[in-house]
Amino acid sequence: MWGLLRQKVGAGSSSALSMQRIRPVVSALRNYSSAAKEMTVREALNSALDEEMSADPKVFLMGEEVGEYQGAYKISKGLLDKYGPERVLDTPITEAGFTGIGVGAAYYGLKPVIEFMTFNFSMQAIDHIINSAAKSNYMSAGQISVPIVFRGPNGAAAGVGAQHSQCYAAWYASCPGLKVLAPYSSEDSRGLLKAAIRDPDPVVFLENELLYGESFSVSAEALDSSFCLPIGKAKIEREGKDVTITAFSKMVGYALKAAEILEKEGISAEVINLRSIRPLDRSTINASVRKTNRLVTVEEGFPQHGVGAEICASVVEDSFGYLDAPVERITGADVPMPYAANLERMAVPQVEDIVRAAKRACYRAVPVAATA
Amino acid sequence: MSSSVVKLLITKEEGLEVFEDMYLGRAFEDMCAQMYYRGKMFGFVHLYNGQEAVSTGFIKFLKKEDCVVSTYRDHVHALSKGVPARAVMSELFGKTTGCCRGQGGSMHMFSKEHNLIGGFAFIGEGVPVATGAAFSAKYRREVLKEADADDVTLAFFGDGTCNNGQFFECLNMAALWKLPIVFVVENNLWAIGMSHLRATSDPEIWKKGPAFGMPGVHVDGMDVLKVREVAKEAISRARRGEGPTLVECETYRFRGHSLADPDELRDPAEKARYAARDPITALKKYLLENKLASEQELKAIEKKVDELVEDAVEFADASPHPARSQLLENVFADPKGFGIGPDGRYRCEDPKFTEGTAQV
Repeated sequence: MWGLLRQKVGAGSSSALSMQRIRPVVSALRNYSSAAKEMTVREALNSALDEEMSADPKVFLMGEEVGEYQGAYKISKGLLDKYGPERVLDTPITEAGFTGIGVGAAYYGLKPVIEFMTFNFSMQAIDHIINSAAKSNYMSAGQISVPIVFRGPNGAAAGVGAQHSQCYAAWYASCPGLKVLAPYSSEDSRGLLKAAIRDPDPVVFLENELLYGESFSVSAEALDSSFCLPIGKAKIEREGKDVTITAFSKMVGYALKAAEILEKEGISAEVINLRSIRPLDRSTINASVRKTNRLVTVEEGFPQHGVGAEICASVVEDSFGYLDAPVERITGADVPMPYAANLERMAVPQVEDIVRAAKRACYRAVPVAATA
Repeated sequence: MSSSVVKLLITKEEGLEVFEDMYLGRAFEDMCAQMYYRGKMFGFVHLYNGQEAVSTGFIKFLKKEDCVVSTYRDHVHALSKGVPARAVMSELFGKTTGCCRGQGGSMHMFSKEHNLIGGFAFIGEGVPVATGAAFSAKYRREVLKEADADDVTLAFFGDGTCNNGQFFECLNMAALWKLPIVFVVENNLWAIGMSHLRATSDPEIWKKGPAFGMPGVHVDGMDVLKVREVAKEAISRARRGEGPTLVECETYRFRGHSLADPDELRDPAEKARYAARDPITALKKYLLENKLASEQELKAIEKKVDELVEDAVEFADASPHPARSQLLENVFADPKGFGIGPDGRYRCEDPKFTEGTAQV
């Protein structure tokens, strides 16, 4: 039954496939010109994988449909041809099995990249992510490090219902021994995935299905194969002075759109792209809040014990005296994801929610009834 | 037929080595029980008494580079693999001289040097990790072109695991990819209080091997000589690159599931039946009857091992507890970004403790 369901979902990853039709993957990924260029997140992830596999023969990719099918979302396109079936391994549908196999291989110094078709399926393997991967360095007192990357699309997708639409950032970020990254742009995707693969510890790498087809301009520096971003550093995407908005993954784009709208109304918003959920760049967040004196956190995940809650706690601990308004948390609704499109839209943060919260934080009255 | 014509199953040297290892397993675990009741070790402690023929029978064929993956009943696998008794006992005492500096505990023995990589406390959890270790040997040979990478992995687990999905997932992938692994089932007939016969639709576990395209072998796990015969072939087969084997060792644990288990469900007659087949007594008998060892030689070994175990206890007892600073160490291989000092050590003091950025 599960297999059947999965088959359907796999074949019907319609949003991914249809996005592909709109934005065909550029095939000549590796012929970079020296100037900045446009690149989709999909191309960025693909090129990062390609370059790291090329640089280090210990890196291999394992997961469902990563090889002959070229990836359920085509992130691994072309890699099987280039690196062969020994390094691009199509697995049976066995999350617990292949995730544990990846962990065992990492114990022996290989650098597996484990692809989850979506992070929702990582629930079937969470025992290995947490108990076998995250805890081993500690349990073995540093004898066994686990250089492994768990990656795949995370967060709300579109129209796929409760079991396929969930953000796991807060879940994994609450676990010692794990590093948790969430890229937004193409530059993030390249720099952070390369950093994750080179890192000696287990990294949970949360992509977003709806961003795969989005294009971003990428600097020449970021196109260089040596490019890498530091784990644990946030990026200030837009400077501002009136209110700080923190976000990660797709919500960074929403926060930037909100900032544009706010600007027209005379509010200057600073947007922080967290990039790294764990370690969390507390100093960048706190420095920003000390400047703006107001904070809005944005995430797609559930509200309780979420990423926003942790950021809020950090700001209360470190910058309490600087706050001029209560912290606003924008999160997904505290419900399993509904299917109906209108309900689904209400269950995830929208740009107007962020605008409204920022205005409240800046004491610009907004009608509360407008939320529905 | 005179005894001189009978083909002996073991040489004198091997016989003494096997006896010593089995006796060490038994004496060590008996000592653990004493120490547990004296409050020297704590939590869950699962003893291996009765199953020694499996650990010794398999692991003594391995080289140091070969890998062992165990369960929560892992002390004796560690000893057979060569982890010193002092290091295992100290780990159980929660001391800094333990094989994991007291951070692992009874159910999580690791020794990178001896290629013992856990110590997994959940049923079925170690099986994929072991399969991954075997995968790494194949990868090193075929992708990294290390011609001498012929290391074999032994995955030890019990009858309870054989009803768990990860077992099936890994039998499939190990056979599919011809991985150098031996799945060693220590079927001791009981998963805590759940009889194997009440838990599985077909109690003959070995039959699941052929279902996945690998040999399945059933062996008397109370007879170390028979276990060795099967182990030798399965390990050689893996080393030759011919793929995995599933071996079901029928055995019995002489104690409860753990030292906290009142063990009320197992029939005393069943216990007595297996006690009469004690694998150490059986080996002793074989060695003596076939003149492979004298009473004095075996006594000398027992004395030596008893002293070794005694020494391990004294060593563990005298060893220091982990320092306070150790609490936050070793969470990451690269702790950058987690408020770790330049020397790589976590700074542990109460303010900011929650974020690992506390100053000392």
